[in-house]
Amino acid sequence: MPSPYLVLVFLLTVCVSLATWLQPHYLAWGGSRTGDGGLLATLLGESRRLFAAQFFFKADAYFHSGFYPTIFDNQIVEKELHMSEESEAARTPRPPEAEARTTQWSPGEDYGFLGSPKDWLDRFSRNFFPSRHTHLEQKSEAREILPWLRLSTWLDPHRVESYTVAAFWLRTRLGRPELAAQLLHEGWRANPDSYEILLALGRIDEENRHDPVRAHNLYALALRKWHRQQDGNAEPDLYTYRELLGHLVLVDEKQGDWAEAVQYLTLLKKISPNPAAIQRQIDEARAKLTPAPGPAPGPP
Amino acid sequence: MNAVWPIATVVVKELYRRKDFYVLFVLTALITLLMGSVTFFHDDRIARYLKELCLLLIWVSTLVIAITATARQLPAEREQRTILPLLAKPVSRGEVVVGKFLGCWLACGVALVVFYLFFGVVSATREHAWPLTNYFQALWLQWCMLAIVVAMSLAGSLVFAAPSSNATIVFLVASAILLVGRHLNTVALTLPEPAQTLVYALYFALPHLELFDLRDLLVHDWAPIAWWAWAAATLYALAYTWVFLLVAWLSFRRRPLV
Repeated sequence: MPSPYLVLVFLLTVCVSLATWLQPHYLAWGGSRTGDGGLLATLLGESRRLFAAQFFFKADAYFHSGFYPTIFDNQIVEKELHMSEESEAARTPRPPEAEARTTQWSPGEDYGFLGSPKDWLDRFSRNFFPSRHTHLEQKSEAREILPWLRLSTWLDPHRVESYTVAAFWLRTRLGRPELAAQLLHEGWRANPDSYEILLALGRIDEENRHDPVRAHNLYALALRKWHRQQDGNAEPDLYTYRELLGHLVLVDEKQGDWAEAVQYLTLLKKISPNPAAIQRQIDEARAKLTPAPGPAPGPP
Repeated sequence: MNAVWPIATVVVKELYRRKDFYVLFVLTALITLLMGSVTFFHDDRIARYLKELCLLLIWVSTLVIAITATARQLPAEREQRTILPLLAKPVSRGEVVVGKFLGCWLACGVALVVFYLFFGVVSATREHAWPLTNYFQALWLQWCMLAIVVAMSLAGSLVFAAPSSNATIVFLVASAILLVGRHLNTVALTLPEPAQTLVYALYFALPHLELFDLRDLLVHDWAPIAWWAWAAATLYALAYTWVFLLVAWLSFRRRPLV
């Protein structure tokens, strides 16, 4: 009978040998979840995308201070959530009285998705939950939507909108462009082909860091990626395309590169809803491009 | 009605001797503090997600406390045969029902005060504000909602065979009302007749527990609700509570004790 220690050493040797043989096979195996994104991905699987979408909507509900439709209410079909719209478009100032908060129903009020009260109980119940359309207007309140957007990025790192919307709020309302840039870089690592993230990064360089050269490079890269993904699409993302061209024109103007600005303006004119205004801009840029005739040289 | 108060105090004492409340409170505090320790974008003033989570836990915990505490009251008295010496005293069956209800409801009130105190402290550490009127309205209306649930459980304990089945059914009914009660009228309008009339009748007949849920207003810092609405909701709760207590009394009145 061999010594038990010898048997133990033999068994340990067999274990280590097996482990070194199995490890590469396991890593190469298609069913392995080691590279999928950690604990959340392993625990939740594909359902995490659903939760990520849910948390994104939750952020929009917070943006409306809890006034948000359920599956039973009239769903207003909108392509964009208000929270996202604000992050993408220039905001139109609302009259202050429209933002005044009250939970009390009053005749002639905008009922939004709730519609007018169906019965006395419905009318009465509207005193007990947020039943008026408002948006977060104060800077201090804007931070409240961020936890849900952050959770959304953790659950689904490929949900580009969560990064861009969170970065917008961090940059514009909370005055923290560096944190926004950090988040966007994280999103860029997870989505290297996203032109939306590059556009958002470019805006930080252009508007916050005042670095038009770097911003120009980011916009140009975003434009190349846009063409790679959207050329040939039946319904290309023209909104982002317009944004990209517009910002490229702006940084070119800042840098005095009028020739390139004219090129981008020409592209912009083709898709602009107001081509006449773009033509005027082109004419102005061309005027700056052509050197003005100097004073006639005098006699020696 | 002199017998009602001693019965109620015994029920309150029973609740704070049991572990239910402590376990649920510690769980609520633990989960809230754990979530509070997470900082998003290095900003420690973000409060609303934490308030929402804490209030959700408070609602679930108090519902569990109210239902489980009430559902076992009368069955336990019958099982242990302590109902016989109790009714041998000059105590009517109606007084037993009201005493049990009052005890459970008061115990829920004490639990609610502790929970809301914790909520207020957590909220104040982030927002540096004490909206006492909002807290009072939310606490009071939740307590009113619990009165309906306690009365419903008491009536259920005389209808259903076992406390466990009663607790499960009442919990399911309360959850269903809280989730879809407000939308039953919308659903009814999409249905053909006679289903439309039936669902609409159900909508009006149900005790609308969701009326007492001010969580969203509290989380998003809305103004306090109008006091007339607060008073009307209180009366609404009172009416349904008495309906369920009446059902319990009618059921208990002629029931054999053993």
